[in-house]
Amino acid sequence: MSIAEFRDHDREMHRFRSRIAAAGVIVLTAFGILLGRFAYLQFFKHDYYQTKAEDNRISIVPILPNRGLILDRNGVVLARNYSAYTLEINPNKVANVEETIRDLSKIMDIEARDRNRFRKLRAELKGAESLPIRTRLSEKDVAQFAANAYRFPGVEIKARLYRQYPYGELASHAMGYLGRINDRDLEKLEEDEQLVNYKGTDHIGKTGLEQFYEYELHGVTGSAQVEIDANGKGIRTISSKAPIPGNNLTLTLDAKLQELAEQAFGNYRGALVAIEPATGGVLAFVSKPGYDPNLFVDGIDSESWNELNKSIDRPLNNRAINGAYPPGSTFKPFMALMALELGKRTPEYTISDPGYFTLPGQGHRYRDWKVGGHGVVNLHKSVVISCDTYYYGLAVDTDIDQLHAFMSQLGFGRPTGIDIKGESSGLLPSRAWKKKRFKTPGEQKWYTGDSVSVGIGQGYNLATPMQLAYATAVLANNGVAFKPHLVRTVTDVRTGTQRVIEPEPVRTVPLNQKWVNLVKAAMVDVTRPGGTASVAGRGTPYSFAGKTGTAQVIGIKQGEKYDERRISERFHDHALFVAFAPADQPKIAIGIMVENGKHGSSTAAPIARLVFDYHLLGKLPAKPVAPEAEEGEDE
Amino acid sequence: MGRLWHSLTKNIDTPLMFIAGMIVLLGLFTLYSAANENMVRVNTQLMNIGIALFAMWIAAQIPPQTLMRLALPAYLIGVALLIAVAMFGDIVNGARRWLHVGVTRFQPSEMMKIAMPLMLAWYFHKHEAVLRTRDFIFATVLLAIPAALIMRQPDLGTALLVLAAGFYIIFLAGLPWRIIGVLAGIVAAATPVMWSFLHDYQQRRILTLINPTSDPLGAGYHIIQSTIAVGSGGLTGKGWLQGTQTHLEFIPERHTDFIFAVYSEEFGLVGNCILLLLYLALIGRGLMIASGAASFFGRLLAGALTLSFFTYAFVNMGMVSGILPVVGVPLPLISYGGTALVTLFLGIGILMSIHKHRKLVQT
Repeated sequence: MSIAEFRDHDREMHRFRSRIAAAGVIVLTAFGILLGRFAYLQFFKHDYYQTKAEDNRISIVPILPNRGLILDRNGVVLARNYSAYTLEINPNKVANVEETIRDLSKIMDIEARDRNRFRKLRAELKGAESLPIRTRLSEKDVAQFAANAYRFPGVEIKARLYRQYPYGELASHAMGYLGRINDRDLEKLEEDEQLVNYKGTDHIGKTGLEQFYEYELHGVTGSAQVEIDANGKGIRTISSKAPIPGNNLTLTLDAKLQELAEQAFGNYRGALVAIEPATGGVLAFVSKPGYDPNLFVDGIDSESWNELNKSIDRPLNNRAINGAYPPGSTFKPFMALMALELGKRTPEYTISDPGYFTLPGQGHRYRDWKVGGHGVVNLHKSVVISCDTYYYGLAVDTDIDQLHAFMSQLGFGRPTGIDIKGESSGLLPSRAWKKKRFKTPGEQKWYTGDSVSVGIGQGYNLATPMQLAYATAVLANNGVAFKPHLVRTVTDVRTGTQRVIEPEPVRTVPLNQKWVNLVKAAMVDVTRPGGTASVAGRGTPYSFAGKTGTAQVIGIKQGEKYDERRISERFHDHALFVAFAPADQPKIAIGIMVENGKHGSSTAAPIARLVFDYHLLGKLPAKPVAPEAEEGEDE
Repeated sequence: MGRLWHSLTKNIDTPLMFIAGMIVLLGLFTLYSAANENMVRVNTQLMNIGIALFAMWIAAQIPPQTLMRLALPAYLIGVALLIAVAMFGDIVNGARRWLHVGVTRFQPSEMMKIAMPLMLAWYFHKHEAVLRTRDFIFATVLLAIPAALIMRQPDLGTALLVLAAGFYIIFLAGLPWRIIGVLAGIVAAATPVMWSFLHDYQQRRILTLINPTSDPLGAGYHIIQSTIAVGSGGLTGKGWLQGTQTHLEFIPERHTDFIFAVYSEEFGLVGNCILLLLYLALIGRGLMIASGAASFFGRLLAGALTLSFFTYAFVNMGMVSGILPVVGVPLPLISYGGTALVTLFLGIGILMSIHKHRKLVQT
């Protein structure tokens, strides 16, 4: 090796070693950065990441409480729960939902209605974690899916408790139904500070008692701390807090009576409310047609929904509290009572009924239902034979605001306060109301002519069957008004302790017992020979007080005769009936409306008779009763 | 017996062997934990280790002169295979990386991790007397061809590693600092342009590194979960087999690329320091061997292989702890998988050979 070569080699070695040294510096720097990072994560931020890891590891799983049962007054179960398997898809964890459903349909039946329901739910409940594609799986379906589950991440079989209404349509409008929690419900829950308690719950009462007593029925959600893996699969339970089941509701409603009353309507639409006057307890609550609340339990499919929603019979409409109808002649006993209380009439006062009524100086004839009139009519007779002319005059002689004040004490024109939400107020006209209702000063003024038909429960007058039953109960109870209610006791399932919902006296209408007795006596005679409901009242061992009514669906022109045979069924008059019994010691008061039932005496009154016979005597109808529209002659 | 043992181990460098053995052992324990205490994977890995050690032993027997002769053919075959992959390769996870060879398949890009520095070291060794600018340019071209092919697969991670291996040779060969400076400037300036050439998923990986929470269930998930694992490990770790992130399967790829998260969760900062020291010792020993190598070829090759090893370790740990983007780089000597293990032990074998032949090869 020459010197030059050696020097060359030396210089090269030197350069190489300096490069290696530079590399060493880079290595140390890089590892220093790593060390710094490790120290940062593992020392300075350890607590933070420790918490994160725990959050990852432990999931709080809600344990749902059993929803309370609903039982009738005799312990018949009207709403209960059953456990069933559902197949649910988590849309957030499934890449292509449509494709997944298509693949699922290869291993089990998925019908068009299942798909429709799923789509509807998905559109309604954006961001929902789990939506059912199939409900009530058979064991075969469960096994079939379990074998293929690995192919469907984000699809799960869940065991859920479902609401079940064993009697289907029975009392459906009182029971209401459960539905999936939607955005509106969530807002309500947040307002009521119930959101935490509803974690994991996906159904909520939407109408009826299920809605009104939601928080009683729901119970308190328990929770379990579960260790989960990255797929959210539970590995083991660390600790748990048991849920508190919801309370059972025992109703004042009598399921048998209810069934009887519903059957009594036959194919008619209409509503019936029966109340215990001394407590306000509702014995029967009918709105026909009803619907099967079971349809709503796992999300109603759009087909059934449309069928219910678009039906001309409007089965979802709760006629008992939302159907506002002219009370017609059932208004007359209350008018009579008012006349006596306000001193507008004495029992002895009579009119001579020519068959029509005219206002002084006007040619317009307000006709009585009986052509030619009833002759000489006093207050008693006016109720028994339902004389229109008598009440035309009475209404004109009474200031409308006075009438309004008296009648509203009986519950007209305001919600009765029954434990179902969304009750209508009906309409009890007054000057103030008319002023608010109309725009021009000419329309806003109250005319004497407006009063005439109010006297016979027509004109602006509207009342719900609930209000009719309520007013009748107040009358039957001599003016002591109780708030109507469907629930009698709330039972804590764990301890068995019962909380009785005490009858709540709302007010005592100051009435003179003499006048009350007079009106009651007249109503008893309504169901006796010579009265308008004599057929329905024939042979009762108890005293049966009632009043028939008819509400016009279409207006009849002056000089024209109403001929039911010439108009279509839907335009027939509504038949009404209010009653209570026994008249001297009322145990039941009732308000009935039969849509297009034509005559209160022939369609509505027999239903009341049936209900009374069962409630007071325990008597069942000899044959399946369905009222037939006979040629009746009342009003 | 003793003589046989001696003849078998005479080329094996004890310090290197010891350090590598320690790391491999740590790796086996970590793998057992990552596999939820299932021996199947550990057994497979033991077999991989056996094969890799055999490869190391072979490499250790080959004198550097022979390696020099192998350089050009290995490089040419490597490039040819990369072209073959581009034309007939299997597509796995959207990338064309694998080539079928009989019953098994392998990634030619992996082979380039050794063939590349071999080739460049040989080239510079040939022109050792006078290294001119055009030699550096030619070396750059030699480096660019396979790197471009690998990047096209696309496999950005491996491409960068091959580039790094080649660059280390050029750097150690004496690429002037000012040119390095200029290159760095160009790279910095070209970054926005390069960005547009990256695949969507590559862009996303880099973006999620900056803000992992932007996509917590997608690309950010890996980083978030591995960072939680590392951080929750704390000072001394949760203990072997006790990592919740590991055993509840929150760590993705926990046997392979993210095994460091498992290690870090269970052994904590103390464990990390031990691992860093072991890596540092291995790298130090490698750089020592490079400094003492007899030939320019040996020096360059030993240095580049050692620095490549460093790069794997740094990139992997950086990625798992969330300071580097997610690229498919295994943790050297620890991650599960045969290919990487064989490549790494081949490198170690070459280092051993260079060390043992430091006195024999003399001009």
